[in-house]
Amino acid sequence: MKLVHPLMKYVRPGAISTATCTGCGDGIIAQAVLRAIDELELNIDDFVFVSGIGCAGWIPSPFFNADTLHTTHGRPIAFATGVKLARPDREVVVISGDGDLAAIGGNHLIHAARRNIGMTVICANNGIYGMTGGQVAPTTPLGLKTTTTPYGNVERAFDLCALTDAAGASYVARWTTYHARGLTRSVKKALTKRGFSFIEVISQCPLQYGRRTGVGNAVAMMKGYKENSLSVKKAASLSEEELKNKIIVGELVDKDMPELTEQIEKLRRIHE
Amino acid sequence: MSKEILTGVYFMQGDIACAEGALAAGCKFFGGYPITPASEIAERMAERLPEVSGVYIQMEDELASIAAVVGSSWTGAKSMTATSGPGISLMQENIGYAVATETPCVLINVQRGGPSTGIPSIHLQGDIIQARRGSHGEYEMIALAPSSSQEMFDFTIDAFNLAEKYRTPVFILSDAFVGHMREEVIIPEPERIYRVPRKLPDSGTCGGKFRGFLDEDVAPMPIFGHGFKTHVTGSCHNDFGQRNVIDAEALDYYIKRLNSKISKHAHEIISVSQDVDGKEVALISYGSCYRAAREALNILEDEGIRQVGSFRLLTVWPFPRNQIQELARKVKSIIVLENNLGQITPYVEAAAGGQAEVIFLPPRVLGTLHDPATIVDKVKEVIR
Repeated sequence: MKLVHPLMKYVRPGAISTATCTGCGDGIIAQAVLRAIDELELNIDDFVFVSGIGCAGWIPSPFFNADTLHTTHGRPIAFATGVKLARPDREVVVISGDGDLAAIGGNHLIHAARRNIGMTVICANNGIYGMTGGQVAPTTPLGLKTTTTPYGNVERAFDLCALTDAAGASYVARWTTYHARGLTRSVKKALTKRGFSFIEVISQCPLQYGRRTGVGNAVAMMKGYKENSLSVKKAASLSEEELKNKIIVGELVDKDMPELTEQIEKLRRIHE
Repeated sequence: MSKEILTGVYFMQGDIACAEGALAAGCKFFGGYPITPASEIAERMAERLPEVSGVYIQMEDELASIAAVVGSSWTGAKSMTATSGPGISLMQENIGYAVATETPCVLINVQRGGPSTGIPSIHLQGDIIQARRGSHGEYEMIALAPSSSQEMFDFTIDAFNLAEKYRTPVFILSDAFVGHMREEVIIPEPERIYRVPRKLPDSGTCGGKFRGFLDEDVAPMPIFGHGFKTHVTGSCHNDFGQRNVIDAEALDYYIKRLNSKISKHAHEIISVSQDVDGKEVALISYGSCYRAAREALNILEDEGIRQVGSFRLLTVWPFPRNQIQELARKVKSIIVLENNLGQITPYVEAAAGGQAEVIFLPPRVLGTLHDPATIVDKVKEVIR
């Protein structure tokens, strides 16, 4: 009997080999998204996956066998906004990296959260520009030596969850690739939320981050995630000093607010 | 009365006529960002789109505006944005994306004085070459240049129809003069407005097995939400939309097919209006400059000087090379009127190929209309 991965039914025929390096976290994120769709028994034909430029942009495109829009660098959320506004009945999911969503595309991220448009944004945050060879990102830890910070990074890392929370997202969660089950749970939650959902996934780039910075291989990086992670509940009782260099994982925001396309629909009804 | 087509006779600003033309063409999505002298288009669309079950969104910037327009177009909506030079500069990367992914949409550029912030409320035809070549890479563009409020209405409908027919972005190159001027506009009965519908694949078609891209004769558009499982990418791709970022051969095919989709049909797209048979001198103009050319010709005719004719570009791009080649064989001199430092003039010179003398004539002060008297003087100097 030929063994077939249970999620292969969602993979575009012919798009088998991945563009990701050995040990990359993108595969775990891809599985979490497809598993969430499978467990919720949703039809992948009802989805539009939108991604930008960078390694994580290749998670849905071309691998997910659905409508996929692989856009320019930084702009997937803006493209996705057009898709969602014109077809509010679609499940619109943006999957991209930290450079794409938080550096060049940071403005679209905060404005989509502010609008509370009904889409799910999943950010694979590897803290580095992987595809271009390991340059510093706005998510790179302070002091880290990268190819463009040879004397150590002098800028602070962006807290993307605090950012999207402040901008008005309905749902915000952070996980690491070590927490595949928690991540899948959050994707399921995000897909069923009406408003804007943001999930940050701290993800290993064993080549451009692990190898170059000496942090180690994929296994070492994931062990680090396990050891340095704290639940939201546990973190609540700790001081800022105790939380230094820790990763707080779990649901950070879960609230219900008016969603954008529903508000626009109300405008149209005035004229009926 | 149809809410989309407000049949009647109006005294209407060019920008408003443009918005009404878009609605008459079936536009259902506007994504934009305020900018002088194009804001009135956004304001009108914000008011009118909810009336016709459409969507207006003011995005956070122009990069996002064109991105949202392309995204909405992939769901099947006829979509547009309207801005001025600075906004177009910001949109350039995603305009290239729209070309590469064969996404129909309409881009209104109500041109203003530049470079940079320039003067927002003064008109200049400063973005003519930008429209043609502003985004990186090798591509073709369609651009129309209206000269009146009525043409802001009519040409916007034409732009939507061309966008659908050739699955490509189409520019309206207006300017602050035409956009802000108020004139009579006649909006015809709905049955007299021709709309090109979007060509779609048969239902049941699956994206992976369907050639939805790179057809010289325009592939049906496998829009989202119909189970086509379409793969859209701005990277080099094949007829099926499958990415190939390895082979130069694939890139060659991708570029040439995208370009020939327009160039092969250029003769159907190009529109010029000319009255040059038996003339000695031709006044080439487009957009607002046509008004000065027209007035100069009236003055010349009153003075009994009849050896001058008009050659007007209704479509600036694709460039009417063959038509100007033919023109250069008929006339002795060509005077090119542009409100800039000569953007299409080198193209005219190249097409004329020395067969006729080509003279560039800007207005005395850039950013103003040509004084018809200076055109008349130039003509007299040329025919002397």
